Amino acid sequence: MQIPVEGFMYPNEVELQWSVLIVLYPFITGLVAGAFILASLERVFRVQAVKPTYRLALLTALSFLLVAPLPLQLHLGHPERSLEMYLTPHRSSAMAMFGFVYLWYLMAVLLLEIWLDYRHDIVARSQSEKGWKRLVYRLLTFGSSNVSERALRIDERLGYFITLVGIPSAFLLHGYVGFIFGSVKANPWWSSPLMPIVFVFSAMVSGIAAVMLLYMLSTRLRGQQIDIRCVDKIAQYLLYTFVIDFSLEMLDLIQRIYEADESFRSLDFMVHTRLWKSQVIIQILLGTVTPIALLGLTQVVKLTETARKRIYGLAGCLTVIGIFAMRWNVVIGGQLFSKSFLGYTTYKMAFATREGLLIAIGLMILPFGILWVLVKLLPPWPDSGSLPASGAPAHGTS
Amino acid sequence: MNLFKDIEHLIRLAVVIVVLLLVFVVLRVAVVPHSFGEYGHYRGDAIQEVAARPISFAGHAVCEDCHTDVVDQKKLGKHVVVSCEACHGAQARHVEDPGSVKPAKLDTAILCARCHEANSAKPKGFPQVATADHSAGLACDTCHQPHRPKIETAAKNEAGGRK
Amino acid sequence: MDITRRRLLMLLPAAAMAWKYVQAGTPEAAPNYKLTEHWWAMLIDIPKCIGCGSCVRACAEENDVPEGYYRTWIERYHVADWKIERPDVESPDGGKNGFPPHADEGGKNFFVPKLCNHCADSPCTQVCPVGATFVSPDGVVLVDKNYCLGCRYCVQACPYGCRFINPKTNTAEKCTLCYHRITKGLTTACCEVCPTGARQLADLKNPKDPIHEYLRTHTVQVLKPHMATGSKVFYNGMDGSVR
Repeated sequence: MQIPVEGFMYPNEVELQWSVLIVLYPFITGLVAGAFILASLERVFRVQAVKPTYRLALLTALSFLLVAPLPLQLHLGHPERSLEMYLTPHRSSAMAMFGFVYLWYLMAVLLLEIWLDYRHDIVARSQSEKGWKRLVYRLLTFGSSNVSERALRIDERLGYFITLVGIPSAFLLHGYVGFIFGSVKANPWWSSPLMPIVFVFSAMVSGIAAVMLLYMLSTRLRGQQIDIRCVDKIAQYLLYTFVIDFSLEMLDLIQRIYEADESFRSLDFMVHTRLWKSQVIIQILLGTVTPIALLGLTQVVKLTETARKRIYGLAGCLTVIGIFAMRWNVVIGGQLFSKSFLGYTTYKMAFATREGLLIAIGLMILPFGILWVLVKLLPPWPDSGSLPASGAPAHGTS
Repeated sequence: MNLFKDIEHLIRLAVVIVVLLLVFVVLRVAVVPHSFGEYGHYRGDAIQEVAARPISFAGHAVCEDCHTDVVDQKKLGKHVVVSCEACHGAQARHVEDPGSVKPAKLDTAILCARCHEANSAKPKGFPQVATADHSAGLACDTCHQPHRPKIETAAKNEAGGRK
Repeated sequence: MDITRRRLLMLLPAAAMAWKYVQAGTPEAAPNYKLTEHWWAMLIDIPKCIGCGSCVRACAEENDVPEGYYRTWIERYHVADWKIERPDVESPDGGKNGFPPHADEGGKNFFVPKLCNHCADSPCTQVCPVGATFVSPDGVVLVDKNYCLGCRYCVQACPYGCRFINPKTNTAEKCTLCYHRITKGLTTACCEVCPTGARQLADLKNPKDPIHEYLRTHTVQVLKPHMATGSKVFYNGMDGSVR
């Protein structure tokens, strides 16, 4: 297990502590926060155009949120002790507070919002379905099948309120992930007050792109027509948030270059060598500049629908790859240089170990599996399913 | 009454949440170690657990109690400041059972060089030699007496060690 | 052998009392040790360090430190003329087996022993999510290996690279300042074996400890003072190039 080292590392620094799994963790929570914020747009700001993606975005957020703690759990030295996070949380630790932020977001915001929004469907299905499915729906009704107009109106009002609370919660969720890194004063690559903000905006970018892709893909798979007005609007939002995100990242970069503090020479060398491909080529050029240019193109030039769809698909894919590269560069990049600023170590991803590539791929596929189950259980599109009653999700924006 | 009926599902949900919270509170009381928070946000017993580790290095005070002859020797030379286990290694087990656990015999050709091999980063006043030149692999205790290393003039002339 | 022990008990009360607990391996620290009466620190005299590696070896033996990891280590610095911002540093095997003769004869060369700084405002204990690492009432940063999750956040948070994950226990590990020794009236293993007295254990709460006089009369520095961690390992004669 000889790890190649260049220059001088403190002897305990040679081995990387946080592996590819910890790259997945902010990436996945970012998708959650971004997807939720997109869903909230429709509800709070009453953006009619993106309505076809509302439920899909919520379910996407939930399926990724359920997977988010798994990479953390897998990388722990003692996963069986993880409950201590909730039993004796250390108030001064960003990581401990994240446990509660996560739980709040999952339980109080996402599950509740989905439940309120789907209650009408759930009640209907608890009466029409058979076998184990009926049992599941029955359980989800909590034994109350009241779907009177007034009950639904109350649900709607409460749902609206939860969405209102949900937006800052989504910001909190991912801002907090940024803070976990941004607050480490020992590490100049991480330590930055901009970190939480950059994380929030990059989360929105990745979440919006992911929902857009999922919407286009799922609509095509169902043999339906893609609502181009909807995708246009989402792409527009993607462009705007992306421009903000990119500006923030560049601001951080320019500040670092101009200030050139004690860590600069070391970090600069790292970006030009070990991170050149993942940071400059993949993250910045391929994953940021290219999609911004592509999306910008659709705003200035009049293109055919097919061309726009293709551009959105390409830009969306590049965006998701770019944001993943960004997480990689933050998490892995922050551990490649010595805190003495005199040397560099190497990250060699394992393959079939507990923190290896295989598990990482599995964890990236898992949310789609969960999403598939959720979509079967709670169809997000109005026309699917055999239920005549499920056609009118009652969240009074109509 | 009608209102109650229309928010019944919410009340049921609230009850479920409250029950879950209660379970959490009970679990917390039951599972958190009793000494947690005794001195601060940590398990107080952990301090004793760390302190309970057995020691390996006995400390020179214990050695000097029996080996008074060596102490007298050391007092005459510069090695008076060097504690016994710096060369002889951890001897707690020897102290525990001096009869059967004996310290290993040391090879001075290796041992002395650890400190006295010349190195430009060593303090200038520290006695150091390039052992290859100085003794050509000969064990140091051929000439030097480790507990009192300075060689008397007569002996030095015979062996001819070079700085 | 029994006689020897009794003799010990009679002649050397402090060491012998400690010995009793050492042998018994009992969880209680020596009875006269009070947590609130100490505030441990260490003094390192760089001009005295000869880079022999005795401290590194003794630490590994005393504390069963796994191969390839270090609770304490020695670095050798080479500073060419005025380039104090770009020193050449090396620490082969943590200096465990000493250092090969130096190739660069010009400039300035010296050794710097490193260990946990037992910071009063330690960033590592701040970030621990569950309270598995803490500053003890007597000022030593310890890890509760029966409570540690192994999340590794503390390893990331230490600016000095003093922590690592023990591959056997899968928990965070670091210098305990030989807590099992200092609570029994002994000094740390590294201080015990240091042949030149370059390392000195110090108790800042003890008014008779020579450290007070030393700090008054010497130019003393801590590592990375800009980190403001309340470091309690004080270095005498430390060059500006040390980081």
